[in-house]
Amino acid sequence: MDAGKRVVLVTGVSRDLGRRFARRLAAEPYVDRVIGVDAVPPRDDIGDVTFVRADIRNPVIAKVIAKEDVDTVVHMSVIATPGSAGGRGTMKELNVIGTMQLLAACQKSATVRHLVVKSTSTVYGASSRDPALFTEEMGPRREPRSGYAKDVAEVEGYVRGFARRRPDVRVTTLRLANVLGPHVTSPITSYFRLPVIPTVLGFDPRLQFVHETDLMRVLTHSVRSDVPGTFNVAGDGVMLLSQAVRRLRKPAVPLVRPAVGAVASVLKSTRMAEFSPEQLGFLTFGRGIDTTRMHLELGFEPSYSTEEAFADFAGDLASPLADAVTGLVGTTTAGLRG
Amino acid sequence: MADAEIIPIGSHGRPGRGTGSDRPSSASRTLADGSGRAAASAGRQRPSPPDEPRRRPTTTSSSEDRGPGPGVSPAEWLAAFQTGAAQVFGADWQPQLARFLAFLRRRLTGDYAVDDFGFDPEVAEHLLLATLRPIAEKWFRIDVRGIENLPDEGGALVVSNHSGTLPVDGLMTMFTVHDRTGRFLRPLGADLVFRMPVVSSLARKGGATLACNEDAERMLAGGELVGVWPEGFKGIGKPFTERYKLQRFGRGGFVSAAVRTGVPIVPLSVVGAEEIYPLVGNLSSLARLLGVPYVPITPLFPWLGPLGLVPLPSKWLMEFGEPIRTDEYDAGAADDPMLVFNVTDQVRETIQQSLYALLVQRSSVWR
Repeated sequence: MDAGKRVVLVTGVSRDLGRRFARRLAAEPYVDRVIGVDAVPPRDDIGDVTFVRADIRNPVIAKVIAKEDVDTVVHMSVIATPGSAGGRGTMKELNVIGTMQLLAACQKSATVRHLVVKSTSTVYGASSRDPALFTEEMGPRREPRSGYAKDVAEVEGYVRGFARRRPDVRVTTLRLANVLGPHVTSPITSYFRLPVIPTVLGFDPRLQFVHETDLMRVLTHSVRSDVPGTFNVAGDGVMLLSQAVRRLRKPAVPLVRPAVGAVASVLKSTRMAEFSPEQLGFLTFGRGIDTTRMHLELGFEPSYSTEEAFADFAGDLASPLADAVTGLVGTTTAGLRG
Repeated sequence: MADAEIIPIGSHGRPGRGTGSDRPSSASRTLADGSGRAAASAGRQRPSPPDEPRRRPTTTSSSEDRGPGPGVSPAEWLAAFQTGAAQVFGADWQPQLARFLAFLRRRLTGDYAVDDFGFDPEVAEHLLLATLRPIAEKWFRIDVRGIENLPDEGGALVVSNHSGTLPVDGLMTMFTVHDRTGRFLRPLGADLVFRMPVVSSLARKGGATLACNEDAERMLAGGELVGVWPEGFKGIGKPFTERYKLQRFGRGGFVSAAVRTGVPIVPLSVVGAEEIYPLVGNLSSLARLLGVPYVPITPLFPWLGPLGLVPLPSKWLMEFGEPIRTDEYDAGAADDPMLVFNVTDQVRETIQQSLYALLVQRSSVWR
């Protein structure tokens, strides 16, 4: 094995998180080169990262891996919403066919030693029959039949197949809770950025968050530490949606579940918020993941807890009126104490 | 032996032992008395209405004399506020009110913590359990025995019989445990609980989680006091004629959870919950339509509408039995089905016997 520096291929660099991770990784001392791959070029500066415009849905990717002597592949291009990609069909193709091509290329390659896949806790689904916290061995209580959840389940299936066929390659799958941060655009952040937050009447889901810094850190950590396996990644602790809404100091509108679905599709069509179908289940039943293995086996400690990640995200979203009201209550309380 | 004494209770579906013949006559006697008394008191009260209008003009005239709002000086407002606050919060109302406002502020800004299961101790203690107090103490007059069998700290699994059409027995057990020991009982609930709006969010905030092995073991390993009702819907939804007959105890999952975590099992027998909503029928087709295990028909529901939801005021007895230790079994014991079945039977038998004993001690369903 080459004890020298690493050559890392990162997919999905056109999106903000992928681009920033690639840049960050390029600055690490043990990394020789970082090759960023995507079908469209990134909008911002990618620094020392070599960008290769390649669609991972076709076999060109195999040539890139062979030519550049890539030893580590970080797969980040599984996307949650169609967004800029086009329709749902394109999204599925990017996610599933893209992963298949990438894994086929990795299997062919003699140089690839390590594969890191950024997956999501959405694979566990969300239902009334869920345990409080999912551990890595558990699967969803109801198999997803469509959408992002199904894509992710299929992607993970192919990754497991690859790990079986190439036991010499260390495969690290990271199942991340919802990523939050001032710069993140995702279904959950656009949901919290709505002026009025629709919630499902009578349900108060449990949520877990990962700060965007911790996403970068855990990916870097996985590239460096070479610990194979599947790991849940989330900040410590859980929050309730009602708590989150109160901390945002925004009004919540409880609606019956079908009405929330209708509102979601309106928001989607007016492009006010990206809303994925599995998000409705998530906002009804919530989900918790057990991060014991992340702490003990992977050896990763998130720098933000769930609450801190949310506080950092909520910092610039608070409304002045609500601040005034709580300030008034605060001074009254202080006055009575003093 | 105890069975022989008990059989008459469940034999004919009559409400009580021998009291059935007494009560109609006594009831009719009190009814006759009551109507007489009511008529007499009504006659006595009749002169009083003229009093009230006489009193009312005096107050209105006095307020008219003073004029509206501006006539009251700020000092008077302050004094009125102070007396009001002192009445609500007691003599040391200032720190009390400050604490209350701080609490309100914390709740409004979401500045409180919940555990991994979504348990919110503030809501559980100040809202749920505080609401249950009058029901437990005044309505059901719960008599508690053997509370010392609950450990002061560390995990334990409280296993109870289940009855009463609605899981009121679970709520009462939660209240009793918290009231007597200061510890929160964390109930394990069926997935139906977590499917229903409002109920699901209250259940999680109150400390409940799904009845599955993963959650039970996680809670027990965390040193919680966990409550489980292994009969499930078979127990709670059984017809009134089968009262105090324990149903099958699930598949013994609770035993393997206790063995795996090495915590003691505390059997709990609850007498009284069977009579709160006597289940005499079931609208099974409606139940299937709604996706619930049963839609009950009781002597009061649905005939009296929402009023039929008021539980009958039966007298409750709760007995916590001797803890059954599980920490002596070796590591593989939880996967030994024979052992699990044996312990399950032992727990079930203990609860059934103590139910019989309690029934003998209870003088009537209502007292």
